[in-house]
Amino acid sequence: MPQNIPLEYYLALSAIMFVIGAAGVVTRRNAIIIFMCIEMMLNAVNLTLVSFSSYLGDASGQMFVFFVMAVAAAEAAVGLAIVLSLFRSSQTVYVDEVNLMKW
Amino acid sequence: MSLHVIMFSLLAILAIATGVLLVTRRNPVSAAVSLILHFFALSGLYLTLNAQFLAAVQILVYAGAIMVLVVFVIMLLNLGKEQNMRENFNPRTAITIAMSAALIMQLVLTFTGNPTGKNQLSAASEKIGSPAEIGNILYSTYIFPFEAISLLLLVAVVGSIILAKRTVDK
Repeated sequence: MPQNIPLEYYLALSAIMFVIGAAGVVTRRNAIIIFMCIEMMLNAVNLTLVSFSSYLGDASGQMFVFFVMAVAAAEAAVGLAIVLSLFRSSQTVYVDEVNLMKW
Repeated sequence: MSLHVIMFSLLAILAIATGVLLVTRRNPVSAAVSLILHFFALSGLYLTLNAQFLAAVQILVYAGAIMVLVVFVIMLLNLGKEQNMRENFNPRTAITIAMSAALIMQLVLTFTGNPTGKNQLSAASEKIGSPAEIGNILYSTYIFPFEAISLLLLVAVVGSIILAKRTVDK
């Protein structure tokens, strides 16, 4: 066990979290859970930015995380509104049952 | 073993465990609860990185605002009863697990193969994580992105109201 945490540990942790989120996006069919997995992938990237920012002593990384959070909030509002109107029009949130755009 | 190492290990295990729970739970509500725990673990990880302001914002924005919205939508759609009609184990899941394991291996090897030699936080990190310093930079260097973000949030609010609004029956 090391005395200090090297930067690579944070990067590896965030890579693992990103891949778990990506696996969820690929395997799950519930649109809301896919949406939550996307939030988790955004957070994994945020962790990378914050760890680089803290280890390199540059505040720009933390500013980017701030903006990513704001964009994620906007995305949450619009995404959930789309899920709501999808449920109203086709009575389902399972993405493999939705074929509105199929011709 | 320093406190930093202990906190990092505990929070990393919690973050990965709740992430796996999020992907594997069938009930959307338990997935949402594990994602909230995941956000708390991430907030703790930000604290180990001396990013106090972001740790607070993480809980306020993600656990406080976004997840409440998600849980409200889950409750509104009443998804509980149709959960077990789908999502059985199938070839797609097996392929995804194999590909994810390969991708994790590659990423971890890439990150740990060439050590950067950065073994501890930079001395400046205590200062740059504080709300005062973040505010200074946000309102000077990043003032234009800040204004653009406020416009984006306004557009998102209007757009989501229009999307979620019931159409008027004629």
